[in-house]
Amino acid sequence: MFAPVYLDHNATTPTDPAVLEAMLPYFSAQFGNASSRHEYGRAARRAIDQARNQVAEAVGAHATEVVFTSGGSEANNLLLKGSAACLRPGLLAVSAAEHPCVLKPAEQLARRGWTLAKLPVDGDGRIDGEHYEAVMARKPKIVSLLLANNETGVIQDLEPLAARARAAGAWFHSDAVQAFGKLPLDFRRLNSAGVHALTLSAHKMGGPKGAAALIVDKRVELEPLIAGGGHERGLRSGTENVAAIVGFGVACRLAVERRSALAAELARLRTQLEDGLLGLGAKLFGAGAQRLPNTVYFAVAGIDGETLVGHLDRAGYAVASGAACSSANPEPSHVLRAMGVDEQLARAAVRVSLGRGNNEEQVAGFLATLKSTVDRLQRLTAMAV
Amino acid sequence: MLKLPIYLDYSATTPVDPRVAEKMIPYLVEKFGNPASRSHSFGWEAEAAVEEAREEVANLVNADPKEIVWTSGATESNNLALKGAAQFYCGKGKHLITVKTEHKAVLDTCRELERQGFAVSYLDVQENGLIDLEAFSSALRPDTILASVMFVNNEIGVIQPIAELGEICRSRGILLHVDAAQATGKVAIDLATLKVDLMSFSAHKTYGPKGIGALYVQRKPRVRLNAQMHGGGHERGFRSGTLPTHQIVGMGEAFRLARLEMGVENERIRMLRDRLLRGVSDIDEVYINGDMEHRVPHNLNLSFAYVEGESLLMAIKDLAVSSGSACTSASLEPSYVLRALGRNDELAHSSIRFTLGRFTTADEVDYATRLLHEKISRLRELSPLWEMVQEGVDLSTVQWAAH
Amino acid sequence: MAYSVKVLDHYENPRNVGSFARDEEGVATGMVGAPACGDVMKLQIKVGKGGIIEDAKFKTYGCGSAIASSSLVTEWVKGRTIDQAMDIRNTQIAEELALPPVKIHCSILAEDAIKAAVADYRKKHGEQG
Repeated sequence: MFAPVYLDHNATTPTDPAVLEAMLPYFSAQFGNASSRHEYGRAARRAIDQARNQVAEAVGAHATEVVFTSGGSEANNLLLKGSAACLRPGLLAVSAAEHPCVLKPAEQLARRGWTLAKLPVDGDGRIDGEHYEAVMARKPKIVSLLLANNETGVIQDLEPLAARARAAGAWFHSDAVQAFGKLPLDFRRLNSAGVHALTLSAHKMGGPKGAAALIVDKRVELEPLIAGGGHERGLRSGTENVAAIVGFGVACRLAVERRSALAAELARLRTQLEDGLLGLGAKLFGAGAQRLPNTVYFAVAGIDGETLVGHLDRAGYAVASGAACSSANPEPSHVLRAMGVDEQLARAAVRVSLGRGNNEEQVAGFLATLKSTVDRLQRLTAMAV
Repeated sequence: MLKLPIYLDYSATTPVDPRVAEKMIPYLVEKFGNPASRSHSFGWEAEAAVEEAREEVANLVNADPKEIVWTSGATESNNLALKGAAQFYCGKGKHLITVKTEHKAVLDTCRELERQGFAVSYLDVQENGLIDLEAFSSALRPDTILASVMFVNNEIGVIQPIAELGEICRSRGILLHVDAAQATGKVAIDLATLKVDLMSFSAHKTYGPKGIGALYVQRKPRVRLNAQMHGGGHERGFRSGTLPTHQIVGMGEAFRLARLEMGVENERIRMLRDRLLRGVSDIDEVYINGDMEHRVPHNLNLSFAYVEGESLLMAIKDLAVSSGSACTSASLEPSYVLRALGRNDELAHSSIRFTLGRFTTADEVDYATRLLHEKISRLRELSPLWEMVQEGVDLSTVQWAAH
Repeated sequence: MAYSVKVLDHYENPRNVGSFARDEEGVATGMVGAPACGDVMKLQIKVGKGGIIEDAKFKTYGCGSAIASSSLVTEWVKGRTIDQAMDIRNTQIAEELALPPVKIHCSILAEDAIKAAVADYRKKHGEQG
């Protein structure tokens, strides 16, 4: 039995052994509830404080700007609905290529009196400057843009976009779960450019599932989503998930230590991968834009993406045909549709997302398998026609 | 050798059972897939584990796995149940009922619903902490849409008459939500017979990990909710967000163990609890808070008259116990639960909650008993109130200097 | 709650715990606070010739800081005249014990206890309070 090769790191990542090691005591000897006053509780509180510092430090924020949540979706919901609850309904702008956990809360707000502007992107997935300017002129109150797209890896040039939103008087939020650990992030600098909040998630960068954070400027008034007990400065009640938070903290420390070496290694593998894909005649999405060093989103015209990833899985390569959460959704990727990709080609899309541990041999193996699979599928298609 | 401090705070949280931890760890490392990934074996393996755990959670409470929705914990479950149902059924009415001794996760959520325009009645309890069924019935109004009553109180461990409350609510077409965070593994829960529409669960009170809980959402008759967390449409749209596989696996295993072992375990814990009670019963002026009959075997909540609560906690720092609920113990306010029982501030202040659990031993209980004897008598030696009472002064007649 | 070393010391080894007989010559009692507030302090002083406090005893129902504050003042008042005892300020007590802001009321109560005991003494001995 050979182990399949995991090439779907944008869906989730394995927990780093050092992270697991740090978490284990919090399942056994150090199991206290951080709200308890006795030594078990105080030990848990200290562990959370330390993790909060580690998270803050990794993104250049202050520890008091870190709100721990159960996941990136919750952090995005908290920022959007929580800030909206403290404002009179107005204009809310998000990119048309956002993750569903920004799009759906935004659509909810649209049912509660808010006006939702979906910002169009260009053919490479970048925010369309002209439309953006037109929406900003309408003075939105909240703007949320993915820093790096989970499907395409396309990176938005956040600082000028945030500066423009700030000039319009908006709170500016960015979901940075895919960018964190792959790009340098400096909240102080972003904050001075006009970014008020960032979403981070542990399981996308070598930490465990179940811990995430909203990094948020304290001027942003927020109504909590989850009431009861007043944890996290009243912004998020519920017994803290100590082990996962500790793991998140360690993952942040490791991410900072490893980021530049990892990013360089991933970029090298990506080039190898993309060269191979272009050789197969594949179309690369977002190729004209700045992208995460680990993400390749491509299509082989005429070959259904779902079918292709199914074959690849059986051949030992785990990749995705779209974003994990909406994989059950038979609709073609809304991200590609927003980029103007036609439905047929969008249905052919396959995402490869590299991560720590992937190597040249695996990429070469993947390319060879892809080629033989594509050849076979093309023969079958030809026969069917 | 005893490890100090002795942990007698199992209602605040429990350690993860080593058997549970062992089952969780592979899902962090080699089986780390995202259960929502539909295109490869990593995802399917994680999804299968999530569904197996869902069955285990359902099995403990005799529900259908399809009725179990994962959340990040009982606090979120309570928020989802109350806000989700109130918002969905607000066309039917805007009145809710709950009880003054509920957990903050319910009370604070009700306060929020009041700000959203709902009316909430907060019912008193009897001196023993139990709800009065007649008072409950008479508080129901034609526009009542939901009642929320906890199964087992976190501070005093009393078991509310959920079966009877279910009958009353069902006959009036009112939804019943039950916070069962403190009940799983301690009382038998049969959702096939209980007329309960929504029930909140937590893993970390039942030897599972923190960060995971569930909400039971009844299918027949079908209960509908407005989702509170939107996104990828996980959990059939009830709750979006990546499922933390390892935590879910942990909750499943913890609930499976609870189902298999609770019968024997609860009798063992009851013996230890009764041993503790016997051990301290010869200390004068000790009061039990809450009914002893309708109570989980894990809990003993005592007030030690004429000693002050904070100095008592300091004196018994070798016992990890709680005075009032863990979530409110940062404040110096006396427990609102004990006040709802009619306890005066002094007795509420000097209350200690002892909650025993799976790893409590007789030696630990005996140590606690000895320590309590020694420290209570020391503090009473220091207490002018105790001295006055010994001299026959009725403290209620004393004019205290304004302070 | 993190207590200072000095609070812990007084709490673990309170000085001068106990009571004098109320009718004993020169004994005066100050009782301040209320059970509902969580603190009651009883301070007794035994005043000898020349108005010098020869001995002091206390009993306190209250938190560790309250116990420490009252224990400390029994040490401080001994050997002082009642007028000198009246000069003891809560800020000195709070400083000596490094009380955190939420515990300042304990030092205020201890100062009040001294005043109440002295007032009791003066009342018994026909002096102006």
